[in-house]
Parts: sequence; C-alpha cells; structure tokens
Amino acid sequence: MTWDQMQELLWPATWETLQMVGVSSVATVLLGLPLGVLLVLTDKGGLLQHVSVNRVLGAIVNIGRSLPFIILMVALQGLTKAIAGTTIGWQAATVPLTIGAIPFFARLVETAVREVDGGLVEAVQSMGGSTGTIVRKTLLPESLPALVASATTTVIALIGYSAMAGVVGGGGLGDLAVRYGYLRFETGFMWVIIAELVVIVTALQLIGDFLVRRLGHRGAAPRRLRPEAVGLPAEEEAEPASAR
Amino acid sequence: MITTQGLTKVYRSRGREVTALDGVDLHVRQGEVYGVVGTSGAGKSTLIRCVNMLERPTTGTVTVDGVDLTALPGGENRAGRELREARRRIGMVFQHFNLLSSRTVQQNVELPLEIVGLDRTARRRKAAELLDLVGLADKARNYPAQLSGGQKQRVGIARALAGDPKVLLSDEATSALDPETTRSILTLLRDLNQQLGLTVLLITHEMDVIKSVCDSAALMRGGRIVESGALSDLLADGDSRIARDLFPLGEFASGHSGHTVVEITFQGDTPAQPFVSQLARTYQIDINILGAAVETIGGRMVGRMRVELPGGHQDNVVPIGFLREQGLQVDLVAPGGPTEGVAA
Repeated sequence: MTWDQMQELLWPATWETLQMVGVSSVATVLLGLPLGVLLVLTDKGGLLQHVSVNRVLGAIVNIGRSLPFIILMVALQGLTKAIAGTTIGWQAATVPLTIGAIPFFARLVETAVREVDGGLVEAVQSMGGSTGTIVRKTLLPESLPALVASATTTVIALIGYSAMAGVVGGGGLGDLAVRYGYLRFETGFMWVIIAELVVIVTALQLIGDFLVRRLGHRGAAPRRLRPEAVGLPAEEEAEPASAR
Repeated sequence: MITTQGLTKVYRSRGREVTALDGVDLHVRQGEVYGVVGTSGAGKSTLIRCVNMLERPTTGTVTVDGVDLTALPGGENRAGRELREARRRIGMVFQHFNLLSSRTVQQNVELPLEIVGLDRTARRRKAAELLDLVGLADKARNYPAQLSGGQKQRVGIARALAGDPKVLLSDEATSALDPETTRSILTLLRDLNQQLGLTVLLITHEMDVIKSVCDSAALMRGGRIVESGALSDLLADGDSRIARDLFPLGEFASGHSGHTVVEITFQGDTPAQPFVSQLARTYQIDINILGAAVETIGGRMVGRMRVELPGGHQDNVVPIGFLREQGLQVDLVAPGGPTEGVAA
C-alpha cells in the first residue's frame, strides 16, 4: 500500500471519527451533566433529597454502564432509527455512542460535584439563594476544573467506543484499522492508523489538562504571593489546583 | 431583635435520638453584641443555625426583627420564597469562611447582590463600598486562595453585609485564626456594630472573644442556656460562672483566721477613687491586700480585689457598708473557705 493510497482512506475516516465523537460528546455533556447533578441533589441529605428518584436514576446509570457498547449499538437500533433517521453511517453511530457515554460521564460529574464543600452550599443558602442558584453559582463553577477533566476522559473514551461503529457502517479510524489491518493483513497501514489515534488522544488530553490548569489557577496563589500560613489548617491554603 | 422561645432540636438517626437543643430561650436586644459560649457539643452551633433556619428546630419559635421565621414554609434545604427573602436580611459569617474559590474577592461579595437581582453597576459600587469598609479595597481582584485567613474572614464579613442586614450571625468566625488576627476581626465586628447599629449574635468557645466584644453573653451546656445576661450584670454577680471564667482571680491567699476576707468588684469609673486608702484612713484599720486584678471587658474596666480586714465580720459591718456606699460590690469570703465565689 502506498502512502497516497493510505491517505485516500485515512482522511475521510479521520473526518468520520471526529464527527461521530464530536456530535456524541456534545450530546453526552448536555444530557450527562444534568443527570450527574441530579444524582447528587436527589441523594440522601441532598438539596432535593428524593430516595426513589435517586434509586431509579442510579439503576438506569448502572444498567447503562454494564452493557457492552457493541450490544448497546445493536439493541438501540430502533431508537437510532427514530432519532438519526437511519441505522447506518456515522450519524447512526452517534446515538448509541451518546447513550453509552451518558452514564459514564454522569458518574464522573456526580463525583466532581460531590467534592464541592458543603459549607459553600450553606453560605449561599444563608444569603437566600434557591437550589437553582446554588447549582448555577456554586456547584458547577466550583467543580468546573473537575468537570472539564471528566469531559476530557469521556471524549477519549468515546474515541475508543467509536472503533466499533464499523458494525453499523459508521466508518471512522477504528473501523479502518480492523478492516485493513486485521482482515487484510495490511499491518503497516494499521500502525499508521494507530499512530494517528495516539496523536489525536494525546492532543485531546493535553488540551483538557491545559484547560483544567487554567481554571485551577484561580485557586492557587503564585508562590511569591502566597501568604504565610496564619494558623490555618493546611487544606485552606492548597485548594483546587493541587487536587489534580 | 432575635428571640427564640422554647427552642428544641432533636436529631434522629437509626432509631437513636440526640437532643442538641433542649428548650432554649434567647433574647438579643437590638444593637448589641451577644455571645453564646460553650464547649463543643453544647449545642451552640445548632442554635445559631436555627436562627436563620439552616436547621429547622423541632419545636419552638425563632423571631428575627419581628418576623417569625419558624412560621415560614420550606424545609432546611428547600426554603420557600419568604424564608429566602428573610435570610437575605440576616448576614452570616463562618469559621471556615466559605468563600467561592472560583470567584474573585469582589465577585464573592457580589454574590448575594446577584441573588437579590441587583444590576451590574450597582453591584460593583456596593461591593467596592463594602471592601473599603473591611479594609480590603486593594484585594478586589484577588482570588480567596491568595489571601491570608484574616483577609478571607474580612471578605466573608463584607459578603455577609451585602444585603444590608440588621443582624449578623457569626459561627465561630475567629476559631480558625491566630490570636492577633482574631483581635483584628473582633475589632472590626465591634466597629461595624457601632457604626452600622448592627446586632451581632456570635458563638464561640473562647472566653476571650466574649471578653473583648460582647455586651451580653449566654453560657450553654448540654443544649440548655444555663446562664445569660448583660456582661456588667454578670460580673456584678458573685455566683456567675461566666464572670468567674471571664475574670479568674487566680490562687489568692485566703487570709488568716480571726480576720474577715472580702472581695471587692468595681466597674467603670469606680477604680478612679482611692477607696482602699480612704477606708484605712476613715476607720483607722490596717488592710491587707491578698490579690487584685484589673481587666477591660467589653470596653469597660473591671477590677476585683481581695482584701483582709482585721477582726470578725461583726467588727467590719461599718467598713463594708462604707465600701458599698462607694458603689462597690462587696462579697464576703467564707473564713478559711478557699475560693468561694471566685475561681472554680
């Protein structure tokens, strides 16, 4: 296989992967974020404590997480048809990708939001803030670095899932690697694809880490400005930035 | 300004009941600094959190500025609109400051104003005013993590004042601070109390806090208030446990037998009079001073002195009467009895 031949296959597949992952990432964040927040709010002692709702949501998330993605893709064909209008192509793959990633992301969101100090919630309550205010002005902004880190992890997981999209004719890099590298013994081409995936994943992780650091900086004092500890417990000084 | 009546709070967990508050009647007058002191577990934290309904009392009522908060609908976490509006008029500062790390100092102070729905310009102006008031105008753009503990608490106080509250609740506001910073924060609270006419209810486990800022105090033990009143009254009361803790006389000699030992407490301007030498001159008696201490409590000078007068009690009725006429409080110390009415 010549480089020209490879390129001809590589770029459309890269584009398919990016579209699939891009669309499903956005949809996952939009749907998984509220779900994760609800898991925290409805939990025992939460702001909207509701044991049965919490149990149902938890069960849905657990079921979603325990189904292998490839099964999910087949099982969800009806839903895919209804939403994407087709059961083949990258558009069709976005539906199971999103459904598969939402529970994963929601659990990460839950963990991130739970980390927010309860004292901050109390402070906003004492100012007369409603639950909506607490979520918008405290829980989400305070956990933003952790949420961005969670989103990065989710997007990268989605790239992994998208390798299986070939089953529904979704195309993409993973599919290409299976078809040429595995079925046609084009080992060289397979390594090219793997290299490209490594580059994409590394780039995403770097961008994510950069954003997390940027957001975390507001919490940490530059060394020279750091005030001397004045009888404070250690955790008062080293807040979110050092957490990750 | 703040009145609680028959306040009880019972926590239930796994079939066990814990009574945190056991019938608390508290009365905080407008414009005073009221301190509730007690060891941890005495219920003082629960009490202050009941005042703005962060905890719903099990029974009893809480009235702040004429509004019965217990009557307003909504649970602890799901406050109704009326309760949320009432809370906006009650400022609160916390032991661990509870500032949002994602916001600058100015944005932290603006938060309550955002909740009220003030527009951007008005918010900025108000925040700048408040930061100026607490002496942090130059830190507006810093993030909380860049501030020292004392500075953080100043931001916390500025934030608590944003809603122009009439009442400020202080939940162990100085307990995470070193002694020097504690003093500066207490001075700030005192200044705000005097400048703005702010009523302050604070809880603390440190007698020094009561001593330096409070007009009135209450001692809590086992979910009950065991003693309360204006500091000046408490100090005048020889049996007051608060006064004893505020003003320990230490290990003074208890005197000889055949003599009368009395304890003299003076407040305000009385120490300006040379009453000991007056007494000695007027009645030609030798006075033996066993011990004395003078302190400033709540901005007033208070002193205590233990003296030994020759002769039994019968012989000293007239000199003691003379001292009482001077506006001094005189308590007899039981002969030989070590420290009755003084150190515990």
